[in-house]
Amino acid sequence: MFDRRAFLGGAAATGAVLLAAPHLAVAQAATDRRFVFIIQRGAADALGTLAPTGDPAFAQVRGAFAEDFASGARMGDFTLHPNLAEIARLHAAREALFVHAVASPYRERSHFDGQNVLETGGNAAYALRDGWMNRLLGLLPPAESRAIAVSATVPMVLRGSHEVSSYAPSALPDASDDLLARVSALYERDAELHAAWQQALQTRAIAGDLAQAGGRNAAATGTLAARLLTGEGARIAVIETGGWDTHAGQRARLGIQLRGLDAMIAALKTGLGPDWANTLVIVATEFGRTVAPNGTGGTDHGTGSMAMLLGGAVAGGRVIADWPGLGNAALHEGRDLKPTIDLDLLIASAMAEHYRLDPGRAGRTLFPNIASARPLEGLIRA
Amino acid sequence: MTEIAIALNRFGLGGRPDEAPPGDAKRWLLGQLDRFEPRPPSIAAAPQRQTVVADLADFYEEQRGQAQLRRAAGGAGRRGRLRMQPAAMKDMPDPEAQPGMAQMPDAMANVPDQARRFVRRQAHDYYLNLVGARTNAALAAPAPFVERLVHFWANHFAVSADKLTVIGLAGLLEFEAIRPHVLGKFSDMLMAVERHPAMLLYLDQAVSIGPDSTIGRRIAQRGRQRGLNENLAREILELHTLGVNGGYAQADVTEFARALTGWTVAGITRGPGQRFIRGAPGEFAFVPMIHEPGPRTIMGRNYAQEGEAQATAVLADLAAHPATARHLATKLARHFAGDAPPPAMVQRLEQAYLRSGGDLPAVYRALIDSPEAWTPAPAKFRSPWDWSLAALRAVGTREVQPQPAAGLLTQLGQPVWRPGSPAGFDDIDANWSGPDALMRRVEAAERLAGRTAETIDARRLAPRLLPGAVSDATVQAIARAESSAQGLALLLVSPEFLRR
Repeated sequence: MFDRRAFLGGAAATGAVLLAAPHLAVAQAATDRRFVFIIQRGAADALGTLAPTGDPAFAQVRGAFAEDFASGARMGDFTLHPNLAEIARLHAAREALFVHAVASPYRERSHFDGQNVLETGGNAAYALRDGWMNRLLGLLPPAESRAIAVSATVPMVLRGSHEVSSYAPSALPDASDDLLARVSALYERDAELHAAWQQALQTRAIAGDLAQAGGRNAAATGTLAARLLTGEGARIAVIETGGWDTHAGQRARLGIQLRGLDAMIAALKTGLGPDWANTLVIVATEFGRTVAPNGTGGTDHGTGSMAMLLGGAVAGGRVIADWPGLGNAALHEGRDLKPTIDLDLLIASAMAEHYRLDPGRAGRTLFPNIASARPLEGLIRA
Repeated sequence: MTEIAIALNRFGLGGRPDEAPPGDAKRWLLGQLDRFEPRPPSIAAAPQRQTVVADLADFYEEQRGQAQLRRAAGGAGRRGRLRMQPAAMKDMPDPEAQPGMAQMPDAMANVPDQARRFVRRQAHDYYLNLVGARTNAALAAPAPFVERLVHFWANHFAVSADKLTVIGLAGLLEFEAIRPHVLGKFSDMLMAVERHPAMLLYLDQAVSIGPDSTIGRRIAQRGRQRGLNENLAREILELHTLGVNGGYAQADVTEFARALTGWTVAGITRGPGQRFIRGAPGEFAFVPMIHEPGPRTIMGRNYAQEGEAQATAVLADLAAHPATARHLATKLARHFAGDAPPPAMVQRLEQAYLRSGGDLPAVYRALIDSPEAWTPAPAKFRSPWDWSLAALRAVGTREVQPQPAAGLLTQLGQPVWRPGSPAGFDDIDANWSGPDALMRRVEAAERLAGRTAETIDARRLAPRLLPGAVSDATVQAIARAESSAQGLALLLVSPEFLRR
């Protein structure tokens, strides 16, 4: 049977210790820490990714969807989708941590507002004008705060007053060096263009001939991100993935999506080589999907979702959940997985541990509305 | 910027060397409301709905045949196979996709050959030619301000051609539902859009079934799960009309979804209701046997109508709702006056909308009359689409080939009719002004200038495109360029040309 307390892991019983841990605030020597945030745009289905197969209601409410979990890595009362083979291996190596039934403060069901909350770290859409990753940069020493978006444009989560870069391979022929120099001169007196252009030139120098690699699928994106994160390149990256909004034909579509995500992680790990040991990857989505399938073999916009912490820096091999259950009475508004852990708190806690920041300060800066909450502990290897 | 430069660039699509700049900015804009061509030659020559739909219908027919074969052979054939591919359009003839928002997997790898051929046909024969038609209509437009408005509304009512069934139809939504109504009533445009096959298929309305309808009950008796899909209902409320804070609740979404059941497309829909649909393939159809019976209550109003008229009545009320006026006014103001829409201007457009009963030209006139839209400092960073058109027009291009046009927009980060989500492309500067996006424009400008510069002197072109708005730095950079091609490239990426 499902014992909800059994899942608490490091999640609940923490709290009080924190204020008594001033050593955490002591600045460390610069390390080679990496952080990658992977956004699943479109509301990825948590129950279709890490299924609560130990919950007696699961098989019944999910019907045919549950058949996918006949195989797949078992993790106590949960089972990982079989297409996530690399992530299962990370779990076995204690480099993957799953946090289930999480949600940002957003409780409506618009993708666009939900993503804005996920990315700005506000408690309502458009309440904040910059992204929490950009604010994070202000807390880090310069050597660790070089950040890049692995896309042609910079997503909200990384936008803000700290300079960041963006890069995606282009099939256009490279511009001539002479033109680049003249463009530099032309933008000298235009603050916005000057800053963006300097970033573009730096990234171009680092990326070298990788542009030819294409980056046309998930694995190539993972490889590209790893390349941008090594040597003198960035230390922080954000990757956007789309295609998670499975209103119809979910089983096949989600299976393909997950295989792609798995390949991206595998490529990232391979590409980072020894740096993987100091890497934290967080995979998160704006909200979850309905517990019950809809009339078109899909699921609709829901609430509670699931986040993954992956990488050599992670104290993994566990599922953290204060499991709310899937019985009718346990559902949020009678239809969605009820969130029991704050996604904001999870991210803030992971950032504080990963970068040895004071958790209170990290929380207040990244997610102003959780300033007083108690952080989760033990997410990152000491 | 001078008024003439603003009219040409902020309101229009940029100047052309073969067209004299307007004499009076506002009169030039107002005059376009009478000059617009809803169906210019390039669009009249583009693939028509019957062709695109016939191909789609054939494909489904093949699929059905295959499924029957599999069933007859006792294979594990559920009809799942077709469902795999809506994920992506990886097999586009221009395969230079970018990894940014790329759909995760190489979805086509798992797709049977016949579906692969179908996608190639839809993408190559239809999608690309429609992109070409759109671009050419804009390059040679007698009313560029109205063309801009067409692009604005097409993005407002976005469908994304990375869904299999929508690849060939996405452009037709703009040509058939937006263009004819861009100078009409918003309610007519709304109705035309929501009844268009591209929208009905893109947001899954075509397969939504009322659980208590005749067919819904029959399905339930057989113990199968098929029924309501609330996707279109939600996006109409959130994106097309009221806006996300427009005062509706989840219950309204579900009720509206019930009212919309029965709205579907003839000939190119799969599912249990399919054989009851009458009408020519690709035409809107209402199927009473899948319509949820009974009155509905949406946002406190009761809708007792029977059948098709029920959702029609809801749409008419939504079009007239003050929240819709506010939502549309805000988006228009953001498009013309900058990322932070000036409240006074929003209010003026909103009033024009409400007073005229949603008459769009009345709103456009209020827009032209808004001082906030005429600030001398540039109001917007040009989107890739906007910049590409301005650059092509600047070098005198009147016609482009479909494939290079589509490829350019993909490279610059704004693939035509593929925003990836029903919210369309985000209309704010930060979306387009990133470092990598800037580098790509420089690359594209150099290529474009290299092809056309022999006939063009950038020193004389600059003041014609940007009357009274060329900075000394740009004049100097062009004058000192090592070649006329380089001078032209520098003009195309100059700060005043990147913004409008």
